[in-house]
Amino acid sequence: MNEGIITASYIAASALFIMALGGLAHQESARRGNFYGMLGMGIAVVVTIIGFVENNEFMLVAGMVAGGIIGYILAKRVEMTQMPELVAVLHSLVGLAAVFVGWANALEHDSALVGIALSIHAVETYLGIMIGALTFSGSVMAYLKLSGKVGGKPLQLPGRHLFNLALGIIAFYFMLQYMDTAATGGVLELTIMTIIALIFGIHMVAAIGGADMPVVVSMLNSYSGWAAAAMGFMLGNDLLIVVGALVGSSGAILSYIMCKAMNRKFFNVIFGGIGSKSSGGSAASGPAGNAEDIRSVESDEAADMLLNAKEVMILPGYGMAVAQAQHTVFEITKKLRDKGINVRFGIHPVAGRMPGHMNVLLAEAKVPYDIVYEMDEINEEFPNIDVSIVIGANDIVNPAAQEVPDSPIAGMPVLEPWNGKQTIVMKRSMGTGYAGVDNPLFYKENTRMLFGDAKERLDQILKVIS
Amino acid sequence: MRIGVPRENEEGEKRVALTPDVAVKLQQLGFTLAIESGAGAEASYSDEEYAKAGVEIVDDPKALWGSSDIILKVRPPKPHPELGFSGVELMKKDQTIISFLYPAMNPEMLEEMAGHGINALAMDSVPRISRAQKMDALSSMANIAGYRAVVEAAQHFGRFFTGQITAAGRIQPAKVLVIGAGVAGLAAIGAAKGMGAIVRAFDTRPEVKEQVESMDAEFLMLDFPDNEDGSGSGGYAKTMSPEFIKAEMDLFAAQAAEVDIIITTALIPGKEAPELITENMVRAMKPGSVIVDLAAEAGGNCKLTEANKVVSKHGVTIIGYTNLPSRLAAQSSQLYATNMFNLLSELCPQKNGEIDINMEDEVIRGATVVKEGNITWPPPAPRLSVAPKADVGEKAQQEIAAKEEKPAHPLAFLIPLLIAGGVLFGLGSVAPSEFIGHLTVFVLSCFVGYMVIWGVSHSLHTPLMSVTNAISSIIVIGALIQISSDNLVVSTLAGLAVFITSINIVGGFAVTQRMLRMFRK
Repeated sequence: MNEGIITASYIAASALFIMALGGLAHQESARRGNFYGMLGMGIAVVVTIIGFVENNEFMLVAGMVAGGIIGYILAKRVEMTQMPELVAVLHSLVGLAAVFVGWANALEHDSALVGIALSIHAVETYLGIMIGALTFSGSVMAYLKLSGKVGGKPLQLPGRHLFNLALGIIAFYFMLQYMDTAATGGVLELTIMTIIALIFGIHMVAAIGGADMPVVVSMLNSYSGWAAAAMGFMLGNDLLIVVGALVGSSGAILSYIMCKAMNRKFFNVIFGGIGSKSSGGSAASGPAGNAEDIRSVESDEAADMLLNAKEVMILPGYGMAVAQAQHTVFEITKKLRDKGINVRFGIHPVAGRMPGHMNVLLAEAKVPYDIVYEMDEINEEFPNIDVSIVIGANDIVNPAAQEVPDSPIAGMPVLEPWNGKQTIVMKRSMGTGYAGVDNPLFYKENTRMLFGDAKERLDQILKVIS
Repeated sequence: MRIGVPRENEEGEKRVALTPDVAVKLQQLGFTLAIESGAGAEASYSDEEYAKAGVEIVDDPKALWGSSDIILKVRPPKPHPELGFSGVELMKKDQTIISFLYPAMNPEMLEEMAGHGINALAMDSVPRISRAQKMDALSSMANIAGYRAVVEAAQHFGRFFTGQITAAGRIQPAKVLVIGAGVAGLAAIGAAKGMGAIVRAFDTRPEVKEQVESMDAEFLMLDFPDNEDGSGSGGYAKTMSPEFIKAEMDLFAAQAAEVDIIITTALIPGKEAPELITENMVRAMKPGSVIVDLAAEAGGNCKLTEANKVVSKHGVTIIGYTNLPSRLAAQSSQLYATNMFNLLSELCPQKNGEIDINMEDEVIRGATVVKEGNITWPPPAPRLSVAPKADVGEKAQQEIAAKEEKPAHPLAFLIPLLIAGGVLFGLGSVAPSEFIGHLTVFVLSCFVGYMVIWGVSHSLHTPLMSVTNAISSIIVIGALIQISSDNLVVSTLAGLAVFITSINIVGGFAVTQRMLRMFRK
């Protein structure tokens, strides 16, 4: 196939990918956007197959069919609560593919390259494999943490910063070596570097606490993009570069949004771990109020409060998903809305375990997206709210973030149900959230605690109001 | 246990501590009930109604006092004008009386009760915390008093409340000033507003401004340098500084000349009511104006008020009734009896007709003034129920804000630009043009990505991640280019990469599609 046609197709694919991401600006255009993405991918793959593949067709078809079927089954079977795990797995695959492609490229020497071009190519290959390898191992680690196969506690090795630094220096040293040996092979350097990158990826994610998982997932998303971009440089392929840059910046922005939503510095998340900070802040770790100030209610009283309200705000956290209560929440929402009660949802950016996770969980439960609001849109509404229900959330509704300057979560933007008339907090017990900070909201005068399993309690409420 | 309700024997007291409705509910808690014949007559509840509700009618008050385990009353027990006994002297150990008792004003009565070894719960000592609101008889009575105050004012005011334009000329709306925007004050504001008057309100506690304004009345502010806050404990006001009072008096003097009706509700617990309306102010009021003094019992907010009387001074009618709730006896009995019921259901958590005076419970502890012959009044100070101040929060926010705003050197933003420029220059001087071309694409794509991603709706961030995942598998292109290699290792690696990326492409797009389909209006 004519090289001009291939390039033109790649331009079309790039444009389609940009439109795919642009489509996600609104729910209405999002599905069309996804279609653009598929179309772009289809064009790119078909044109490349026609243009480059000369033999080994069997392996190609077998790989694509087998992979496609596995991917399809994964996508159909996955529970929405497990989306973070799936995304982590998919990230790891991108990383692994980058490693394979990089190695394949390194093993097939291109003797046409000499001088500075060879050095640049060597660096591109080296960095591409490195980013791919650490994306792979980091994502695997993230998957293990998200699925609970490895504990959520941050691993805090003594001298871990030195360890990371040493790995970086070694990797850099072998990169310089590889620039010399690339023309003749350099398998040893690449092998050492791949191992180092794998270790680095595992160690980096292992050191990050459970609360920061949304940041990690977005960061790995970003890395998978940079890996693709590095592959693009290595292969001199602009399509890969464009897509890699798009995905890389997308992940970076998501990480930034997540960090901002937790009032953390990105650098601290990656190298600090929230545990190291809060363990020192003993002032904030005590209970935030007197146990007698806690007013607990039963389900029927909570149901009465809801029925007597005009404006209800539901503030879900990951606990709602854990209890699988989102469908009951929607049934309650429907019943209340039928009675003319305005029910809305307020979502904190880090509710759930990855960016936008709570929205997907609510969407799955058929909650219409036009009653689901972002924290920034809804916070000023609270004075008009008669009853807010907090379901399985803690840190994201913690007034300590605004009131206690030395709290580990000070400055984190939070939902402000305490500005409303009444708040019902549904919780298993008086335990603290990810950040290990007690919540003064539970002791406020207009807060009522509804203890117990969220699903059971909500079922009881549903029974009373219907 | 048997509950007995004697007839109120005080002059002008028409209320009764039990209504037939509440009697039914009390029997569900397991109590048996008896009432003195005619106790509800003045509140329009006949003996027949009580009998129908399952209450025994007792003719002899002495028998009633002697035979009941619990006595419910409205007013503190006082010697009967004809029979000459108060009832307390008939009480024996383990009997309980629940009533308004005003323990601060009736120390001898407490002594007498203690001497008889009984329990006494004072409805006026129920702590003012939110959990106890349903038992707060002071508030329910104050609400009625505030409403009735407006009705009394209207009765003695020779004009309309509401404004009208008629064929015979214009009718000016009445101007009402309410001093003290507590429960009674707010009820008065609501009633006066409902009749069409122009209502202004004043209170030393600035936090009630919002409540006043929410009722569409005007909140009068003092022109006072320091923002003195008059909030005392338990939702009451405290005594203010002399400077504040002077500014306050100036305001009242100015208002007195302007308004037609003044309703004063200023009370400070345990003290004589503050004098707010002086004789000069009364003189300055228009003839025909009305003052209703809800603090008459505690000495009055107006100098010229006479308790339990309506007097006319300097052409102004001054109403000093102290039994305003009793003037709406059916309504106030109903609310009072409900408050009683709520207290009794707290005292009887088992619903077995037995009461347990649990001194661990903050509400019951507060209300109990005599327990088994020991005076337990005053109770330990209650914790503040109203969050006093948001100062802490503000301070924290300021600190946080201060932390964020690190002054940057005006030219600091140039540094990264210079570094980036230097790196680009260095690369450009050595790198082949082909590389620079790719770099151009890369840098521009980063910017495009940056712009596009900021536009993505927050609620679609999870689909965004899965779709970026799918498209980052564009790495498949690299594998496809290499899969036809003669080198077996290379083609195998490429084949594996094709396999892996296929999982990713199909899985990523499919799961995105699945998620997006869930989003619906």
